[in-house]
Amino acid sequence: MRRRSTFLLMAMCFGFAFLYGPILSLIVYSFNESRLVTVWGGFSTKWYGELLRDEQVLEAALLSLQIGVVTATAAVLLGTLAGLLLARFGRFRGRLLFSGMVSAPLVMPEVITGLSLLLLFVSAEELIGWPSGRGMDTITIAHITFCMAYVAVIVQSRLSSLDDSVEEAAMDLGARPAKVFLVITLPIIAPALISGWLLAFTLSLDDLVIASFVSGPGSSTLPMVIFSKVRLGVSPDINALATIIILIVTLFVVIAGVMMSRQEKARARDAQQALQAHD
Amino acid sequence: MLDDALQAEQASRQGFARRLAEFLGSRAGRGLVIAVPYLWLAVFFLLPFVIVFAISLSEAAIARPPFKLLEDLGYGLYQVTVNFGNYLFLLTDSLYAVAYLNSVKIAAISTVIALLIGYPMAYGIARSGPAWRNVLLLLIILPFWTSFLLRVYAWIGILRDNGLINNLLLGLGVIDQPLPLLYNDFSVYIGIVYSYLPFMVLPLYANLERLDPSLLEASADLGCRPWKTFLTVTLPLSLPGIVAGCLLVFIPAVGEFVIPALLGGPDTLMIGRVLWNEFFSNRDWPVASAVAIAMLVLLVVPIMIFQRYQMKQGERA
Repeated sequence: MRRRSTFLLMAMCFGFAFLYGPILSLIVYSFNESRLVTVWGGFSTKWYGELLRDEQVLEAALLSLQIGVVTATAAVLLGTLAGLLLARFGRFRGRLLFSGMVSAPLVMPEVITGLSLLLLFVSAEELIGWPSGRGMDTITIAHITFCMAYVAVIVQSRLSSLDDSVEEAAMDLGARPAKVFLVITLPIIAPALISGWLLAFTLSLDDLVIASFVSGPGSSTLPMVIFSKVRLGVSPDINALATIIILIVTLFVVIAGVMMSRQEKARARDAQQALQAHD
Repeated sequence: MLDDALQAEQASRQGFARRLAEFLGSRAGRGLVIAVPYLWLAVFFLLPFVIVFAISLSEAAIARPPFKLLEDLGYGLYQVTVNFGNYLFLLTDSLYAVAYLNSVKIAAISTVIALLIGYPMAYGIARSGPAWRNVLLLLIILPFWTSFLLRVYAWIGILRDNGLINNLLLGLGVIDQPLPLLYNDFSVYIGIVYSYLPFMVLPLYANLERLDPSLLEASADLGCRPWKTFLTVTLPLSLPGIVAGCLLVFIPAVGEFVIPALLGGPDTLMIGRVLWNEFFSNRDWPVASAVAIAMLVLLVVPIMIFQRYQMKQGERA
């Protein structure tokens, strides 16, 4: 027994080192004075300055943030409906097809999704004149489509792990379905919606392949700019950019995690107090 | 008397109207909840595949867009040209067959490596105390939230000829000249395993966490060695988690573009990269579509297995 747990401990140490080593190396080398990425030339923040003067990067970052916010918001709306449909609507006509369309985007290779959406946009433009040209709109639609699948899965699993007797009780007491959803269901799945929003936002911010297919001239997202820079070789200002992104994301995830666990604790406490009051 | 009758009638009408509104409201509401996401996915996920299939049967043309699906015969008549040439082309040029086989090989080997690394991690997390468990889970998920592109890029700095590993080994005197770690199949394996490891660990953890420890105790009480308990009890029970994790890694890895493009060498042929070049460099949209359809055919069975797992998961949870 003891031998196995040392084995497990070592495997976990190796795994986490594997996951975090490359990320740490990006952060460390972003403060490297030398342009040669692997030679340590002393501590410096000059690459951050260089990054902040790079118009192309800033413009792309702004575009990506805009797309990310719109995508995440729309994906949460659509994904919540889809998750609700899968978890609470029982059997309806075309359920099999629908659950297929929700789970397939999770594993579909990005090149296929990107190409097929581009061909849809091009054909639609030929036939009905919309969308005229490609750019921010088409990227946003493409991102909403694959992000809503992730949100739907998160919402569905949250709803399925939830006892639906509270909702049924409210329904029995005469509340209409829409009201039950707003007053009972929504507050309970709120943490799932927050993590769904954040996940959709990062997925959108991170996507290179699909955006490359469906973007038009003049609308380069941040990953597209990073990719073209990285293809030419290692550049230290990209390390600085990576560090900024990692720090922001870590901050967000930790804050969201703390908030959610607090909320969870508060709810447990409320429930306990309610029970005690009842006794 | 009359008043009472009138009142009763009014009340019943109000009741009826209210019930009607409720009925309509919930019906319409229900219909709307079904229709909105359904239509969105049908238009932006399902329909595109039909179009890709149609265009894979068209001819390349020097035009905008660069394919010819409908032949204009004049007099308002159109003829649909169906052309299997693109698929024949995929069969005749060995580049495509090699790329498909190589993608499947690379994805399969990476999946097995990810399973070997991910299983003990998932098991270790599932067996640790509740406080630690959440922290470790967060640590598994956290890299997934940071840029995938930048995490792949980080490996260039580590694996290059004058990168971290080679500098370290040279400095220690283990080797006299740098090992060729980057721009070959090896670096692609590392990139895929590294990027997709969280996708392997999470479903495995979800499965192993539910494993009833009393089963393991029973097995131990009956005199089973820990290793044998693992092989005969834990492993078979965690099979659904293994299947889900492997599919979550294998299917996207087959069509991976970013990792072979950044870490692979010129002879690391993968089908996602071939599709990308066919589309962006050769601008041959019909052949790119045929490549995509052929890839879908290759992946349709794994995707369907994954869907069945996903549905069961949704129903059981």
